[in-house]
Amino acid sequence: MPLLDVRDLSVVFQREGAEPFTAVDGVSFTVEAGQTVGLVGESGCGKSVTSLAIMGLLPRRGNRVTGEVFFEETDLLTLRPQDLRDRRGRDIGMIFQDPLSSLNPVIPLGLQVAEVLERHQGKSRAAALRQARELLDAVGIPDPDRRLREFAHQLSGGMRQRALIAIALACKPRLLIADEPTTALDVTIQAQILTLLKDLVEQSGTALVMITHDLGVVAGLCDTVNVLYAGKVVERAERHDLFAEPRHPYTHGLLQSVPRLDVDRGGRLHQIRGSVSDNIPWPEGCAFAPRCDRVIDDCIGETVPLTPTRRRDGALRCTNPVPQEVPA
Amino acid sequence: MSRPGGITTLAEHKRRRIDELTARTSEAGGVSLIRDAGRRLRRNPAALVGAGIILIFLIIAIFAPLVAPHDPVQRFPELTAKLTVDSIPGPAAGHPLGSDPLGRDFASRMIYGARQTLFVGVLATLIGLLFGVLLGAIAGAAGGWADVLIMRVTDVMLALPSLLLAITLVALASESTQWTVIIAVAVVNVPIFARLLRGSMLAQRESDHVLAARALGVKQRDIVTRHMLPNSLTAVIVQATLTFAVAILDAAALSFLGLGDPDINRAEWGLMLGVDGVHYLEVRPELAYFPAIAIILVALGFTLLGESMREALDPKNRR
Repeated sequence: MPLLDVRDLSVVFQREGAEPFTAVDGVSFTVEAGQTVGLVGESGCGKSVTSLAIMGLLPRRGNRVTGEVFFEETDLLTLRPQDLRDRRGRDIGMIFQDPLSSLNPVIPLGLQVAEVLERHQGKSRAAALRQARELLDAVGIPDPDRRLREFAHQLSGGMRQRALIAIALACKPRLLIADEPTTALDVTIQAQILTLLKDLVEQSGTALVMITHDLGVVAGLCDTVNVLYAGKVVERAERHDLFAEPRHPYTHGLLQSVPRLDVDRGGRLHQIRGSVSDNIPWPEGCAFAPRCDRVIDDCIGETVPLTPTRRRDGALRCTNPVPQEVPA
Repeated sequence: MSRPGGITTLAEHKRRRIDELTARTSEAGGVSLIRDAGRRLRRNPAALVGAGIILIFLIIAIFAPLVAPHDPVQRFPELTAKLTVDSIPGPAAGHPLGSDPLGRDFASRMIYGARQTLFVGVLATLIGLLFGVLLGAIAGAAGGWADVLIMRVTDVMLALPSLLLAITLVALASESTQWTVIIAVAVVNVPIFARLLRGSMLAQRESDHVLAARALGVKQRDIVTRHMLPNSLTAVIVQATLTFAVAILDAAALSFLGLGDPDINRAEWGLMLGVDGVHYLEVRPELAYFPAIAIILVALGFTLLGESMREALDPKNRR
């Protein structure tokens, strides 16, 4: 039984005087204990909303969340708010994109780390602070004693994200959701943070849901990858399969758009034409069809189902996929 | 680890330097927001001037009986003897500022006036602040019908000119005392604090760090008190210090208009300005000038200190 089992999760934004907007449209995926699963897609495809829905952090007003989110045996979506609150931070941790704005600017770092320990483990302030020091040490923050007393703006970007990782992992959650944790950092720090995450996740056996638009991050970290487009999973595969042989034209297009050092320079980088706003609604066919190079008549008319592929853990939502290379 | 011959490596040198700095920080009692703010405040000339003015007035107010040469309500025969409608005695031996229109020692009345004025202004601000923060926090944190209710009431109160509202409140009371004035001025300021705090609370509610705290399962009560409130208070602190000044002016205005405590013996700058100052402006303008200058100085002191406090308390200004 998987650790996290998201079944048919949908989020509809209902705004007064506007058409309801389906941000997440029947997304299903599973995360096994200790596994790292990627949710990949461009801005506006529903990655972050998926993570917020899993955590029950979407505002109640104006959003309709349907489907099931099983964490072990319990459906998080039907949990009472106070019970869900007890689980957040203890069973499921989360890290956000911008480490500066995710830290409270007027509270010293130590108290912010201690807060979650006091909250979930009932520790005293002194004991929590002692452990906070160890946690900061564990995520590679030099001179933790001094850092405990400092404020968010006194830390460097990388240190802030390290601190947030320390906070998220303080109660040893079984699942960590990382929402674009390296987007706000520069490239060298990105690499350090990813290495740190990878090490910590491996050591502690924490499962990780990695939300990113960066295929490089996926390549370095994820076991299984879900590619999202316009709120639906369009392709799922193990990392190696996905990079070696992307089947969905969207995935294929994304991989083609990554600059490579080992390929001849000079030509223009591949681009996916159009933008997310060119989508057609899913019930009327494939949302990606207007931008797709391989579009055929069958693509438009009715919803394209997500069908399992022969690859392990694979699934694909496409009527005219990129052909597989025939093994010689 | 030193190499043979005692030459230390660069890394070791660096590490030693860091240790040294750390030790120095912890010897100094570590880094603290309040201590830092205090240190910055001491370096800011505007803060020093503001604090100086307030301190002087505070000392005068507290030690009025020791500082003042005479009893503020006593009428002196040597002053009343020379007193006519067209001439009020000026400075004389034993009476440095001369007489007021009733033959009382003007200097003593000015000194006792500091007591009244500061008491009224400070208390009115604090009461207004307390209720304003309470209502604003409830409205901002709870939202929903509580928010709508509180905000509509404050809208109505803010729609009326504050002094007019204060006058109405004083008029509603059956008899006017010092407390009527304090409460009227406090009530007038409640909606300003409430609205200000609610606004920043709403901004905080949507902020990333509150979302992050919620993602950690922090309880709603702690989110409000630890994460939303402390980040929202800066604007209210600034408003409060400015309100000290406004409250002193409002209380003075109420007295000036004759709506304060009707006791003619009470020494209060607004009353002195409004009754004696205006009536005898042509005979002895000092009767108006001195209370007016005193009111302005106190208001200026609070404004200077308030502005510098805001700068000092803002963690982003830490160096």
